[in-house]
Amino acid sequence: MIKATHKRLERINEMIAPHSEVLVLGCETCTGICLVGGEKEVARMAANLRLLNRKNGGKKTFTEGVVRRQCEMEFLDGAASLINDADAVVSLACGVGMQAIAEHFPNMPVYPGNNTAFLGLSPELGLFSERCVACGDCLIDRTGGLCPIARCAKHLFNGPCGGSVAGKCEVSPDVPCIWQMIVDRMMRLGQLSKLEDIKGIRNWKTNDAVGPRAYIREDLRSTPPKLDSVVMKPVAPKGGAA
Amino acid sequence: MSNGYKAGTRLEKILAAGKFAVTAEVGPPKGTDPEPVRKKGEKMKSACDALNVTDNQTAIVRLCSLAGCALLKQVGAEPLMQIVCRDRNRIAIQSDVLGAISLGVGNFLCLSGDHQKFGNHPTAKNVFDIDSIQLIQTLKMMRDEKKFICGEDISGNTPMFIGAAENPFADPFEFRVVRLAKKIKAGADFIQTQAVYDVPKFARWMKMVCDRGLDKQVHILAGVIPIRTSGAARYMQTSVPGVAVPDEIVKRMKAAEDKGGADKKLKAEYGREEGIKLTLELIEQVKQIPGVHGVHLMAVGWEEAVPGILEKAGLLPRPAVEAG
Repeated sequence: MIKATHKRLERINEMIAPHSEVLVLGCETCTGICLVGGEKEVARMAANLRLLNRKNGGKKTFTEGVVRRQCEMEFLDGAASLINDADAVVSLACGVGMQAIAEHFPNMPVYPGNNTAFLGLSPELGLFSERCVACGDCLIDRTGGLCPIARCAKHLFNGPCGGSVAGKCEVSPDVPCIWQMIVDRMMRLGQLSKLEDIKGIRNWKTNDAVGPRAYIREDLRSTPPKLDSVVMKPVAPKGGAA
Repeated sequence: MSNGYKAGTRLEKILAAGKFAVTAEVGPPKGTDPEPVRKKGEKMKSACDALNVTDNQTAIVRLCSLAGCALLKQVGAEPLMQIVCRDRNRIAIQSDVLGAISLGVGNFLCLSGDHQKFGNHPTAKNVFDIDSIQLIQTLKMMRDEKKFICGEDISGNTPMFIGAAENPFADPFEFRVVRLAKKIKAGADFIQTQAVYDVPKFARWMKMVCDRGLDKQVHILAGVIPIRTSGAARYMQTSVPGVAVPDEIVKRMKAAEDKGGADKKLKAEYGREEGIKLTLELIEQVKQIPGVHGVHLMAVGWEEAVPGILEKAGLLPRPAVEAG
């Protein structure tokens, strides 16, 4: 799931300086689950902004709202009156939810109350770790279900590099070398020989080599959509050592 | 090439003739003055079969390896161009390789590159469009098929002697040999290893290499870093990724320095002396290990010691090779 953290209060306060009626809008899905977008966090953020504003002699009003998913227009429609009553929105969603507001409410300023961190999981309470970079061409069938693009500091396809020592990555003693984990896991799975094959040069078109990405599910449509991004096609490596 | 060589460089000829090869590292300056590179080239050219020009080593910005190689050519030294995957994508790397070949560079070393975290621009974004094994594949394709990664043809000749690095002291230990095999399969002609201080561990690794028959498929040059102070040994032990310096080495250097007492000059002299002694021992020991076809000296900031060390190691004069 998408993980996020709050932006600094002072920074948010600067953003909303020109506005007098500010809606703090949360999202119950990803950011709600990682405890930066739910009802409680919205209430706390609004209270803190209110306090800071009063302390500075301001007279802003802060309203609060939470939608099920900020990234879906139907849910935003449900909060339309709340949004339209404000003159700016501080979003406690991820970057997708924030932009959904910007797209759906063309005249409404929207400001990020969160920094979108990564796609990850929470291995233990209070710890959030990256697991996926959404590169568009999953290769973990060859790496024991563990992703070296997301979890190797050098995104190596044929690791480990020479900096892997005692199971740790060269960038930090706190970070396990994902390639050590891959080797260990392939050994346990009896698939170590798979790692003898060279993973060839990658087609990055599914990642960031084309600009903003889109894909179409034709089974869900009767007419072609109005495109706003480059449509991804199944990966077909051209030339090179694939 | 028509003469049967891949690039016909001096390094390739020495190794092809079954002679013990010697390479050394030349670190380019953090600036624009060409003289330090030329001077190092002048001093080392007759002592070494090729001189590695590092590519922004430890992620510190320096004069680029391509220019460094060109400067070495100017003084008649044989360059070996290091290329890391950290800073350039496939377009830039292939372009640099074309440029290097056009300037007469024939030896290349394919590396992942130290993480930018260690360098002087830790906030930089890294590239890693391709990894070091894919870089070897790229150079091999450029040489043998005369094609770019995209499949388009390259005009002109593309002679290249392709090298790679391997670190026998990194983990997982057993898998390092598998990774070496992958590098050979990708097209590596020679290997320069990370610095060897733990000779028994290196020998164990070499045995695994030989058991797999890999020593017959690639030339392995053992890496040696001459050290001159206990501080440098300690620094490498704690701060240089991938280098394993046993405590005994640090202690040994410290004990030698201590003989100088409070006299700083004397201390440094004893340190240098011990460092050279240690280097000579290491060279002698790795020479005896089956499958080792040469040494690669990385005397970072102490390049002037290299000819003297090689002389004492009995590796000079370098054997003659046929011209052309």
